Amino acid sequence: MAKELLKATDVSEVFGGLKAVSDFNFHINKGELVGLIGPNGAGKTTAFNLITGVYQPTTGEIQFDGKSIVGLKPYQITQRGIARTFQNIRLFSELTVLENVKIAFHFHVKYGLLESVFRMGRYFKEEEKIEEEALKLLKIFHLEDKAGELAKNLPYGAQRRLEIARALAAKPKLLLLDEPAAGMNPQETKELMEMISWIRKEFGLTILLIEHDMSLVMGICERIYVLEYGMIIAQGTPDVIKNDPEVIRAYLGGEA
Amino acid sequence: MKYLRKNDFIMIGFAVVLFAVLQGLIAGRILSSFWQLNLLIVGINVIMAVSLNLINGYTGQFSLGHAGFMAVGAYVGVVLTTNFHLPFLAALVAGAVAAGILGFLIGIPTLRLRGDYLAIATLGLGEIIRIVIMNIDYVGGAAGFKGIPHHTTFAWVFFLMLFALFFIKNFVNSNQGRACLAIRENEIAAESMGVNTTKYKIMAFTIGAAFAGVAGVLFAHSFYLISPNSFTFMQSFNYLIMVVMGGLGSITGSIAGAFVVTFISAALASWPEFRMIIYALALILMMFYRPQGLFGYMEVTNMRIFRKIFKKGGRADG
Ligand SMILES: Nc1ncnc2c1ncn2[C@@H]1O[C@H](COP(=O)(O)OP(=O)(O)OP(=O)(O)O)[C@@H](O)[C@H]1O
Ligand SMILES: [Mg+2]
Repeated sequence: MAKELLKATDVSEVFGGLKAVSDFNFHINKGELVGLIGPNGAGKTTAFNLITGVYQPTTGEIQFDGKSIVGLKPYQITQRGIARTFQNIRLFSELTVLENVKIAFHFHVKYGLLESVFRMGRYFKEEEKIEEEALKLLKIFHLEDKAGELAKNLPYGAQRRLEIARALAAKPKLLLLDEPAAGMNPQETKELMEMISWIRKEFGLTILLIEHDMSLVMGICERIYVLEYGMIIAQGTPDVIKNDPEVIRAYLGGEA
Repeated sequence: MKYLRKNDFIMIGFAVVLFAVLQGLIAGRILSSFWQLNLLIVGINVIMAVSLNLINGYTGQFSLGHAGFMAVGAYVGVVLTTNFHLPFLAALVAGAVAAGILGFLIGIPTLRLRGDYLAIATLGLGEIIRIVIMNIDYVGGAAGFKGIPHHTTFAWVFFLMLFALFFIKNFVNSNQGRACLAIRENEIAAESMGVNTTKYKIMAFTIGAAFAGVAGVLFAHSFYLISPNSFTFMQSFNYLIMVVMGGLGSITGSIAGAFVVTFISAALASWPEFRMIIYALALILMMFYRPQGLFGYMEVTNMRIFRKIFKKGGRADG
């Protein structure tokens, strides 16, 4: 059993002339909560898109659970056990909150086309099970009262929480969160962080978190990678990162 | 979950009563043969609209070549019944399979395209199908195929329409259907939730094409003669109007759209120019006042009045 759940080796991504990510080397161990920080345009989201197969790396290798995932389609990578949220929320906006979560159970559902259209076999049992599990997830994120509402009508913070609930429905081993607290007020952010810690224990998750809010990252992450101009300029525990001169220069800037 | 089945029973009960009434009107010769034929056409158009809705409304793929698949079903069907004297049911199955296979084969390359490009590609393919048929002498070419046995009865149309409605309703309310809805809503997110988007686009397209094939067989056997001109781009456009008017993503809407458009066409049969003006005006008004179509995403079974009558809460499916 590999201790490293995710491992990227010399990964680069070039957009035209721009090296959005270069010589990216990093790993996440099973059960860790790792932060990925860096200034705007540093390449954080690009790193997520590379891991989830939205982009293909120009060079380099990415392994998940000991196997290469380079070249796989995003849905195949999700089926291997990586789920994500999006920085620019991508909910199924004209569908209800409950339907949003149900969709993410997609590849765990065990009935076929004939059972669907003729309402036979496992159809009713499986649908009941999905509904139950989906409601359970909504409850964790305080969305159970909103189950019947259209996703687009949720307030912003609730939409972000729904994105996480939906990602969890895919039953991932590794959860990638892209700025889950963006646009939330401090109170909401605090609650969200508690939820993240809680689901991590409850579901035995490994989490990679992109976040702008430094105090938040420092508060819950065990290890942090700092990106600047597509390159990792520092890594280590929050204490190490806080005192790293490179990081202070590049990222904390005036704050430090 | 039980309410799903309850709604089904209510709908089937309603359908049986409706069938009895209409069949009575036909048997009692109360309806003129003109309106009898239009009743068949309404049913066939409902099948066309609801199957196009699966592709355009539920899966969000803009297809404009539905009449092409209908033509394939029609011609396969009439060859089997007229030239090979096979039973009608065999023709129906063969028409569905042929159109479905063609839909599958066409879907693989074209569904990579998005939006306008897909619309143009499917429009072109619909026309290609028609022109190919026009050049096959075996089926009569441009002059058309003559001597078709009059197999299509109101019962065939009605119950196949019911079958199509239930099939597609159940499909969209299943795991597979949810995958299609997810594609419509946000393809990147759907893929990120583990949905093989290519597979489900092709699945929706194939099912839609197969039902268009069934509609084609029914349509062809309502007449003595069919010609490739019955399946032009204008026909595809008509089906699109039905779906858009009724509401992309509503089965109730497709039924309503098929009714309205068929009866407007029938009522204005002698003034075809008028018809296009009325459609155009209706669509323009719709864009201003009700862009989501008559029903939007709404189903009759979800409406307050329906729930009041049948005393049942909760979100039901079509
Ligand atoms: N598809 C693309 N095509 C071209 N350039 C891109 C593409 N995606 C990202 N980039 C560029 O790559 C760089 C890194 O972008 P990325 O979105 O990964 O940054 P980020 O660290 O997530 O920033 P933010 O904090 O603003 O979210 C930016 O300069 C961006 O403009
Ligand atoms: Mg980003």
